[in-house]
Amino acid sequence: MTLAAEIDNDTSPEKLLAPVLSAFWDEDKSWSLDVYRRHDGYEGLRKALAMSPDDLIAYVKDSGLRGRGGAGFPTGMKWQFIPQGDGKPHYLVVNADESEPGTCKDIPLLFANPHSLIEGIVIACYAIRSSHAFIYLRGEVVPVLRRLHEAVREAYAAGYLGENVLGSGLNLELTVHAGAGAYICGEETALLDSLEGRRGQPRLRPPFPAVAGLYACPTVVNNVESIASVPAILNRGKDWFKSMGSEKSPGFTLYSLSGHVTNPGQYEAPLGITLRQLLDMSGGMRPGHRLKFWTPGGSSTPMFTDEHLDVPLDYEGVGAAGSMLGTKALQCFDETTCVVRAVTRWTEFYAHESCGKCTPCREGTYWLVQLLRDIEAGKGSMTDLDKLNDIADNINGKSFCALGDGAASPIFSSLKYFREEYEQHITGKGCPFDPAKSTAWADQRTEVNA
Amino acid sequence: MTTTPSEQGQGVSLGMPQLPAPDYPDDVRARLETDAREIIARYPGSRSALLPLLHLVQSEEGHVTRTGMQFCADMLGLTTAEVTAVATFYTMYRRKPSGDYQVGVCTNTLCAVMGGDAIFEALQEHLGVGNGGTTDDGKVTLEHIECNAACDFAPVVMVNWEFFDNQTVGSAKRLVDDLRAGAQVEPTRGAPLCTYKETARILAGFPDERPGAVEASGSAGPASLIGLRLARGEAAPARVVHPRDGGPQRDAGDAPPHDASPAEHLSSHDAPQDTSSSDPAHPAGPVAEEGE
Repeated sequence: MTLAAEIDNDTSPEKLLAPVLSAFWDEDKSWSLDVYRRHDGYEGLRKALAMSPDDLIAYVKDSGLRGRGGAGFPTGMKWQFIPQGDGKPHYLVVNADESEPGTCKDIPLLFANPHSLIEGIVIACYAIRSSHAFIYLRGEVVPVLRRLHEAVREAYAAGYLGENVLGSGLNLELTVHAGAGAYICGEETALLDSLEGRRGQPRLRPPFPAVAGLYACPTVVNNVESIASVPAILNRGKDWFKSMGSEKSPGFTLYSLSGHVTNPGQYEAPLGITLRQLLDMSGGMRPGHRLKFWTPGGSSTPMFTDEHLDVPLDYEGVGAAGSMLGTKALQCFDETTCVVRAVTRWTEFYAHESCGKCTPCREGTYWLVQLLRDIEAGKGSMTDLDKLNDIADNINGKSFCALGDGAASPIFSSLKYFREEYEQHITGKGCPFDPAKSTAWADQRTEVNA
Repeated sequence: MTTTPSEQGQGVSLGMPQLPAPDYPDDVRARLETDAREIIARYPGSRSALLPLLHLVQSEEGHVTRTGMQFCADMLGLTTAEVTAVATFYTMYRRKPSGDYQVGVCTNTLCAVMGGDAIFEALQEHLGVGNGGTTDDGKVTLEHIECNAACDFAPVVMVNWEFFDNQTVGSAKRLVDDLRAGAQVEPTRGAPLCTYKETARILAGFPDERPGAVEASGSAGPASLIGLRLARGEAAPARVVHPRDGGPQRDAGDAPPHDASPAEHLSSHDAPQDTSSSDPAHPAGPVAEEGE
């Protein structure tokens, strides 16, 4: 199906989009404290500090903010789980390990607007009575690390961090910690092990991090975008926040459009926008091509096809359609793309990143790769397809952490929607696609007729 | 790693234990100890300093050596086995001497499809090295990398973990040529390149002191701004992004490295297959890059 734009008044970008976190990224030095302050920076913090910590937690809970890292767990509820008066230190750890294939929202957010995260951290630490927070940033993004170092320095100098923050009595240390390359460290308990200087392997739950997290103390682990959304909620009010999105999925969020689209990039909008709306406003798929398959929230979320263009991209809408909102990483592939190639590559990624702790994931992803490589190279047999499904079923829900479930998702969903294409590789003894036609520069050489 | 395999074919020999790693020279050790103490002080538990300390020793020698691991163990009261277990888990710690510039081509699905596979293949041919290989002049180490959170800028190449967005075969070749020629190279997003050792020091948590490094390359990349511009009613998004047609970057080198017909192309087999450096006898295994 083609995606000819039919923009009427109700679907103009001005009405459908809602830049909040991204509202001033085009200003000179948008990442600096001065510019952030000019856009109401640290005003949310002042309002938060005027409340009691318990009221603050209740306020964030009432706003309906849900985790933006993939699972969609209510942020305020996570804060509420921290036991109070237990005599132990409490910690806030921000998960900035953005590594899910397709996901590219936190890195541009931190590059252009790191103070929104720092302000959110101060608010969260006041709420959960924490005096030491950590940002666990994946190591492979030095430009972002540079700006975080600078933003934290500025925040200390301005009195937003350190002793007695803005006269509130809150003492807060913030440590920026660079990881060293491991997808698994995006899993919150593996992240905690890694932050403790160990191999990043997930922990058995319970106990949950809220009870025994970093150094076995009560710990909140939140995604960057979740925490960065908190200052605006405080400053502009929970009713403003709830005026966007749906009842169960309120608020704004960053959608990351990538792949064979005319204009890949970040689109900040109320939850519940559809891919059709995003494509219509942004120029659609690249000229002369049509959408074949896409992921709603990274490679670990079951893929969709052009049948799903009108699925509301919120937690309930995507769930009802058989996938997960995940990280809102909308990777779009057109008809030139071999789905077997795509799934093989994702599976190689999961095999490479499997931490090795549990057998279903470690062994299962290994064998999936062997089968998929054979199929892609035209050396597979029809029984391999059932075997793929079978192995994926032995990983899904039977692994130690969600990495295994994520590895099974592209297998299940691609077999569901594109089984014929797998069969073509087997009967035709090879891949029927030309990878040169999928490249970003393919259409400059020859016109492709879709 | 504590034994050397016996050359004798008779029975099982445990061989001689490896000698302890040599120490850093006194002045180097004193300097590193000062840095290490600063790192350790950032954490409530000292062991949390291990990842940054491994970045620190990498900033001294360009890769993680036995001497570096011994140093980390000494500073934190750990055994070298505990340190080695961690150093071998994470892909950013290099296990052997490598180049000043680490060129990583993203070959995860989206970048691979958009041209990352072609770029990686072309660079291997152009530089005459395979995955993980270093050019003879010691300048460039080439590797394929996983998703680096820049899919809206695909295909992406990272050099010393700075972003080179929207690459083509031609632009990537020019990039490595410039690196080898010693030209100052500026990323699409990030600061003018420093060496791998200098980058590792930033990763250890020591801010980049170079004037202008923080603000270099502007507030945000073009793709990051596209939704904002649309929301403001600024039209013509096509002009906002990097030129998709290659624009001025385009040249003959942008042609695919070979005319991949369906019968001959190996798709995923060309790039990420060689991920198992631990067991050269079984190179197909998709296991982590571990083992010495």
